[in-house]
Amino acid sequence: MSDTILKVKDLKIQFKTGKKTVQPIRGVDFSIKKGETLGVVGESGSGKSVTSLAVMGLLPEKTSEIISGEIVFDGKDLTNLKEKHFRKLRGNDISMIFQEPMTSLNPVFTIGEQLSEPLKQHKKMSKKEIETAIIAVLTQVGIPRAEQIIHEYPHQLSGGMRQRVMISLALLGQPKLMIADEPTTALDVTIQAQILKLMKDIKKQHDMSLLLITHDLGVVAEMCDRVVVMYAGEIVEVAEVKELFDNPLHPYTRGLIESLPSKNTRKNRLYSIKGQVPKPNEITKGCIFANRCPFAFSKCFEETPPVQHTGNHMSKCWLQDSNKDEVS
Amino acid sequence: MLDFIIKRFFQVIVVVLLALTVVFFLIRISGDPTTLFLPPDAPKDQIEEYKELLGYNRPLIVQYGDFMFHAVQGDFGESLRSQEDALGIVLSRIPATFQLAISALLIALIIAIPLGVLSAYKRNTVFDKVGVALTIVGQAIPSFWLGLILIYFFAAQLKILPSGGGGTAIHLILPTLTLAAYSVARFTRFTRSAMLDVLRKDYIRTSKASGVPTFRLIMRYALRNSLIPIITLVALDLGVLLGGAVITEVVFSWPGVGRLLMQSLMNRDFPIVLAGVFIIALIYALVNFIADVLYAYVNPQIRVK
Repeated sequence: MSDTILKVKDLKIQFKTGKKTVQPIRGVDFSIKKGETLGVVGESGSGKSVTSLAVMGLLPEKTSEIISGEIVFDGKDLTNLKEKHFRKLRGNDISMIFQEPMTSLNPVFTIGEQLSEPLKQHKKMSKKEIETAIIAVLTQVGIPRAEQIIHEYPHQLSGGMRQRVMISLALLGQPKLMIADEPTTALDVTIQAQILKLMKDIKKQHDMSLLLITHDLGVVAEMCDRVVVMYAGEIVEVAEVKELFDNPLHPYTRGLIESLPSKNTRKNRLYSIKGQVPKPNEITKGCIFANRCPFAFSKCFEETPPVQHTGNHMSKCWLQDSNKDEVS
Repeated sequence: MLDFIIKRFFQVIVVVLLALTVVFFLIRISGDPTTLFLPPDAPKDQIEEYKELLGYNRPLIVQYGDFMFHAVQGDFGESLRSQEDALGIVLSRIPATFQLAISALLIALIIAIPLGVLSAYKRNTVFDKVGVALTIVGQAIPSFWLGLILIYFFAAQLKILPSGGGGTAIHLILPTLTLAAYSVARFTRFTRSAMLDVLRKDYIRTSKASGVPTFRLIMRYALRNSLIPIITLVALDLGVLLGGAVITEVVFSWPGVGRLLMQSLMNRDFPIVLAGVFIIALIYALVNFIADVLYAYVNPQIRVK
């Protein structure tokens, strides 16, 4: 237990809009070990970001609610933690990098003012010490002329630079867990590679755990130790990264892997999974993927598939059921 | 930045000249003032003589050219009634108008910004809903009515405040409240919506993720962003307030530019009206000019360009 930094157990989240309620997260289970990089993959709307915001305690207070399950971080239950105590964790023990570097920095404050915030909130440091720490971290993430940058405003920096600033913001508190929500999606490809390499190096140096949310399997293969595949608010498969690519069990994961472009097959149209992720209010009985699954059979539409474990490989599909007598 | 200021200042001059032109022609369309200064049974040749004396019998365009030529030198002629320098009379009324406008603006800001911020923070609660309802009422109440109601209660019934006139701080209270009511409502609504907008931004989430406490998050990181659009609004309102809160000044017999302008219009005292319009347009344009410069100051994205 002690080598687990984050454990999410049977998490259910409910959103309220007017009188309607929807459940974007239904029974999510996963854990991250110390020093591990866990990838969470899935299409838009699969609940990846909602899950990570729940870990940060950043879900909108009035419209959302954790209706069951628990989030345990470093032995501490975060599920019903008061805002006052949660604040002490954010930017300190847990930090987060967001998808949109262009809009994630406050346009009317200098980089230095914004970066000093986690240190002001969590560490007792003098102004001078704070400045030294910020310059050190900025240099570490590969920002040139850090002494000047701290007096500049976000709009004076490029997207890649801003994401580096976001990474240094997340690093300053020396967190045990860093959550990165699609950190490279908004960047162009060459910058993406640089940022990923940077994150990998930094993770190693600081010996922290990384929760990497992405829809890009290429990023997963590059970065992660283990992978959680999410679909429509549920986890459908969890495996070590190599195992997942070599032996994907869930048809959804297979679909995702097949949709990857490869160098050699330029002639064919790229594979795509037909249909769309059902909205949380469209969930019916049976397997959530059944309506898009090429292998679905009658049972898939009737009953929710059970969780199957094969060693460390977990999947949720009737095809893995040992008494799958109806399969053709 | 200097380039921006110079360009923007040039606009101020153009605006003032255009305002003078428009008012000059509008006021001439309404007729000339000579008949008002002569007895109703004055003979026709006497009227003509008087027109000749004042220059109203020349072609309009010549009159306009003559007026502009002197106006740009600060000469608006003499008051037709008192034969004093028109611009001088207007300028002597400026302090009273300033006093009223500034106090109304300060009151409005002091009430409206905290109210708007709180309303946004507590959105959809009873506090917010009552607040929004009150601001609608505040914007809908005409100032002549509010002024009269205040006079009725505080001057006529309770007899604790004077009903009109100027000079002391006590005289300032009722007209300030009357004048501030509209701005309070406008600023509150605007602050609220600007704040709501900012609170949804990604960078607010970033600040939260850095562990910034709510109060600091709102008063520092959200407020400065919300104030940017409010500056423009304040400038517009200040322009209106300084430009003579005509109705409020008339209701409370406040000795300001607005009341002077009203009286001069009734009397067809053209030189005073034009001098008044000149001053008001100038103030209005200058206030907006200052707002733009200030805007550039708080918004670094404009400053650097």
